[in-house]
Amino acid sequence: MEKYVLKVIDLSAGYSGNWVVKNVSMDVPHNKAIAIMGPSGCGKSTFIRCINRMHEVVPGASVKGKILLEGEDIFEMHPVKLRRRVGMVFQRPNPFPTMNIYDNVLAGYILNGIKLKKEEKDRIVEQSLKNAFLWDEVKASLYKKGTFLSGGQQQRLCIARSLAMNPNILLLDEPTSALDPKAQAMIEELITELKKTVTIILVTHNRAQAARVSDYTAFMFLGEIIEFDDTAKMFTAPKDKRTEEYLTGKFG
Amino acid sequence: MIEQKMDELKKKLIEEASLAERMVSDSIKGLLDKDDKALDEVVSELEPRMNDLEIEIDELCTNFIALYEPRAGALRTVLMILKMNNDLERIGDLAVNISTSSKYLIQHPQVKPLIDIPKMADEATKMLRDSIDAFINSNTQLAHEVCERDEIVDNLRDQILRELITYMTADPSTIERSIHLIKISRNLERVADLSTNIAEDVIFMVEGRIIKHHKDEKQA
Amino acid sequence: MRDNTGIRLLKDRVFKSIIIIFSFAVIIPLGLILFGIVKNGISAINWDLFTKLPTPPGEAGGGILNSIVGSLILILIAVLLSVPFGIMLGIFLSENKGRFADVLGILVNTLQGVPSIVIGIVAYLWVVKPLGGFSALSGGIALGIMMLPIVIKSTEETLKLIPFSLKEAALGLGASYVRTMFKVVLPAGFSGILSGILLGIARIAGETAPLLFTAFGNPYLNLNIFKPVDSLPLVIFNYSMSPYDDWHRIAWGASFVLVVMVLVLNIIARLRIWRNMS
Repeated sequence: MEKYVLKVIDLSAGYSGNWVVKNVSMDVPHNKAIAIMGPSGCGKSTFIRCINRMHEVVPGASVKGKILLEGEDIFEMHPVKLRRRVGMVFQRPNPFPTMNIYDNVLAGYILNGIKLKKEEKDRIVEQSLKNAFLWDEVKASLYKKGTFLSGGQQQRLCIARSLAMNPNILLLDEPTSALDPKAQAMIEELITELKKTVTIILVTHNRAQAARVSDYTAFMFLGEIIEFDDTAKMFTAPKDKRTEEYLTGKFG
Repeated sequence: MIEQKMDELKKKLIEEASLAERMVSDSIKGLLDKDDKALDEVVSELEPRMNDLEIEIDELCTNFIALYEPRAGALRTVLMILKMNNDLERIGDLAVNISTSSKYLIQHPQVKPLIDIPKMADEATKMLRDSIDAFINSNTQLAHEVCERDEIVDNLRDQILRELITYMTADPSTIERSIHLIKISRNLERVADLSTNIAEDVIFMVEGRIIKHHKDEKQA
Repeated sequence: MRDNTGIRLLKDRVFKSIIIIFSFAVIIPLGLILFGIVKNGISAINWDLFTKLPTPPGEAGGGILNSIVGSLILILIAVLLSVPFGIMLGIFLSENKGRFADVLGILVNTLQGVPSIVIGIVAYLWVVKPLGGFSALSGGIALGIMMLPIVIKSTEETLKLIPFSLKEAALGLGASYVRTMFKVVLPAGFSGILSGILLGIARIAGETAPLLFTAFGNPYLNLNIFKPVDSLPLVIFNYSMSPYDDWHRIAWGASFVLVVMVLVLNIIARLRIWRNMS
């Protein structure tokens, strides 16, 4: 097994010739939670969107550099296959409004035209919902529309939907910024549990959240990774002056 | 999540407290049993372990504050742990002082039978244990009791001092040994003081109320 | 400063009243039309109207079965032609920006503005002449062309309202673009698109002009799409021009059926749109 689940090598990304992410390199170990924090517009979202090649979906997007997923170059993989191994949860919960909860969890299989036996489906749905701390709340209403759930539950449903595909990496793009504090706490607890089995890369502008849930933190500023270190180390004694200023609230 | 980390922190502190208590009682036991090895152990083994623990708890507290931004009760608790950490390490230092004096005393004839010193040591270690208990169980009543008992130890120290002054005036050759005994009683009294500090902090932690100065006012 | 709150409140009230009066004034013509049609048409409504074919002039009784069936055939052809093309073009317009999409958008708007009689002439030149005769097919094509911009516009507008995050979610799960569009985005907009189709049908159901030289009219029941068929607007047009009272009565009855049909379609479509908004 590779030592790192993900190796980012000299990655730059941007839109129509304007580089938003500049020469970023990063080694991500297995089954840890990595937080990427930084002020708005520092390129953190663009960066993680490169990891499952969602960045390319936007017209005019450009990218250079290398990303290795367990040693494989992701830019040589088919994006559709890559995205099954690198799940993503977005800022706003986005369950499919036309599907019930059960189908929402299986959406990755349904949308890819993968046929499963009924028992297998039941097993995946139950396991994924349990892993996302949602099973007990929805087991009685699996065939109701996912959009009837509360915001926090919807977000956990989206996490379950990603987990159902059994990804190596789960990308979370500010997953709690649209949620109330209680739902936020629940998701954070979920992240600390999930990282036992899946590598988590979390983008957040919430410093406290990065501190609470991550093992390693990267501080991004103006498209560059200024510092990438053990979270406790970074939050008590950052090496770079800009990190210090960001953490003490001087900007961002 | 925050509770879990807090529990880890508390566990470490309890470890430190029992080490401090063991250092104090070992140094007195070494004196009573004339056990040179036990006294050496306090100085060369337990003391370094105590120092490592202190640094570790310091770091844990700093990380805890940096990462979890505790507020209200959690904040008071972690601030309290920081102070207690300091106090406990000081108690360790005092135990080393006692061991050094004890090492001198066991190599020389006794000035007098040791009665009040063991009593004082018992009282001081009990205060330490009770203040830690009060912390673990957020028991303010016990903490208040610990504060009251400080007087008993103070009185014992005064009594020892008076007694030894009589010995010293009667026979100047006992002066050096008496001074060591006085030092031990002073150190034990300091242990009791620090335990009282801890008890006061427990009251602050639980009730969010500072009692130190009210107490001072009453005494004044 | 003088306190003119009283005057301002009065002004406010006057304007409110004027707005309400004007709003009602707009409804009056609609009410009158409906009243006229109901008054004259309701007496013509009976079982025969829906089940019998027209009788020769002067003979009492008879119905408009041929035109109801004809209208349904025409609408069916129009829907089959306009819905697939309309949805595809709607998707294209909602998904693409740039000069080509802009030009296409303008063309769609222009098509919407083309008078229906002109579309009839075009269908006559392109379909009726080459096929050598009037037919349901040519009428359906003419109506389909009229319906096309409505379907395109409603699809485009509906899909533009579907949040991008939904598409992202599907792509993020490893779904291909085509599957994302057809399994996630289109179903999410189904209701809005359906409303557009219903409005389109309501719009073409009453068209007469393009049918004059395409579907032409037919007093007999015909299910062959290569033969002329009758339709409700045609029967109204033809019968009301005739000198026979019986035929006038049937024209009123047909008007009533048509109005009810259009009204019901409109109400269903509006209700769906309204429900989607809330």
